[in-house]
Amino acid sequence: MSSDHAHHADHMHHAETAASVEWPVFEWLVVVVLVLAAAGYGWLLWSGRHRTGPGPWRPVSFYVGLLCVGAGLMGPLAHAGHTSFTAHMVGHLLVGMLGPLLLVLGSPVRVALRGLSTAGARRVTRVLRFPVIRWVTHPVVAAVLNAGGLWLLYTTALFHWMHASAWGHALVHTHIFLAGYVFTAAIAGPDPDPHRSSFRARAVVLVLFIAAHSVLAKWLYAHPPAGVAPHDAHVGAQVMYYGGDVVDVLLIVLLFLGHHRATRPRPATDRMSPTLTQIGEPPVSRHHREPLS
Amino acid sequence: MAHTASTPDSTSSEGPGSAGGPAPDPRRTRKRAALSGFLFGCGIAASMIDLFIFHLGLQWHHFYDLSTHEVALVTDGFFHAFGWFITIWGLFLLADVRRRGGVHWPHWIGAVILGVGIFQLFDGIVDHKLLGIHQIRYGVDILPYDLVWNGTAVILMLIGFLVLRRGARAYRAR
Repeated sequence: MSSDHAHHADHMHHAETAASVEWPVFEWLVVVVLVLAAAGYGWLLWSGRHRTGPGPWRPVSFYVGLLCVGAGLMGPLAHAGHTSFTAHMVGHLLVGMLGPLLLVLGSPVRVALRGLSTAGARRVTRVLRFPVIRWVTHPVVAAVLNAGGLWLLYTTALFHWMHASAWGHALVHTHIFLAGYVFTAAIAGPDPDPHRSSFRARAVVLVLFIAAHSVLAKWLYAHPPAGVAPHDAHVGAQVMYYGGDVVDVLLIVLLFLGHHRATRPRPATDRMSPTLTQIGEPPVSRHHREPLS
Repeated sequence: MAHTASTPDSTSSEGPGSAGGPAPDPRRTRKRAALSGFLFGCGIAASMIDLFIFHLGLQWHHFYDLSTHEVALVTDGFFHAFGWFITIWGLFLLADVRRRGGVHWPHWIGAVILGVGIFQLFDGIVDHKLLGIHQIRYGVDILPYDLVWNGTAVILMLIGFLVLRRGARAYRAR
């Protein structure tokens, strides 16, 4: 036990000296990016204020999401995450799951399309149609990038590399955030998605993702990364499991909510062609049927 | 974005859709309601009853007993994910049945009890015995616990089936 502690302390000391110079640079970068995102969203919201707009809770969701990501990447929680696996896992939930979910609910693409000029909005949609974007936002690819990244992080030496260098930390957390955002948006995001997969495909991918996430949590409970004390690993694994559950249940609700709205019974006139109402109705988010609320 | 302003019917169609449209097929509604209750029952038995009563309440078993085979661990993860999924699926089906023509609560509750019973029996036989994911309680003679577990499961299934059958009459009487 004591040798384990000594190794642990030595490792952490080494990590802190290596990261002492780069760490503040990373934190400043995070501040700049978050402030830019907040200002950009606010500006787009303001410049599109004359058109039908999002309900007031979408901006609230977006800004709380930015706060979640910020809290997970810098400040006391992120610092504690260097020595405590549990704190690391709380930060991970904020950066990779809860933050992305709240940001996605803020519907930034729609806010951008509404706030930009026609030419600007056209440019945004052109970017969104890039083959790379289309490929990455496929639910299967997004889920593999998300869950696969986590498995790599916690079952290989990547975990130690991440703690040893601030840039490793930055790279890993950027991946965790982007993968979390893209996955959430691909499964149940309110933003327009010209190539959205079928409800059934998204449902299957979501169930498999939740299974992979909870299996990894239990795996970590039994096989913590080297240098993590058993008790710390046990608490951290349960944070991952139950915290992940809360966000996953919200995701399932969002997925079904989109389907529920898209399949609502039509007025009598629409029932003339049953194939249209039963099969052909695309998900509501594709056609902006619901006002942004 | 131009579509947003041109769909004022999105909220007002709820009314005529459920009240003024052609009468929904009662048999289909009944089946949907039964499926909804069944899924919800299985789901809460899988994801909530075990968590809140046996794990957090009685503390008879722990998060993970560390003795599980890897195949069982993966299966457990899949059941876990599917449990939450069907819980919410059941509730959205219920909302769908309600907006299409109404729910007979005794019928739905019967389906829930049947679902809980079936899942509990499945859990007692497949999870506890065949896969050995976890036991009901540790450090005691497990046989009486297994008998009570599987016995209540069968009783719940019977009660659920009878309540469901009684409730189904309400659909035929309409």
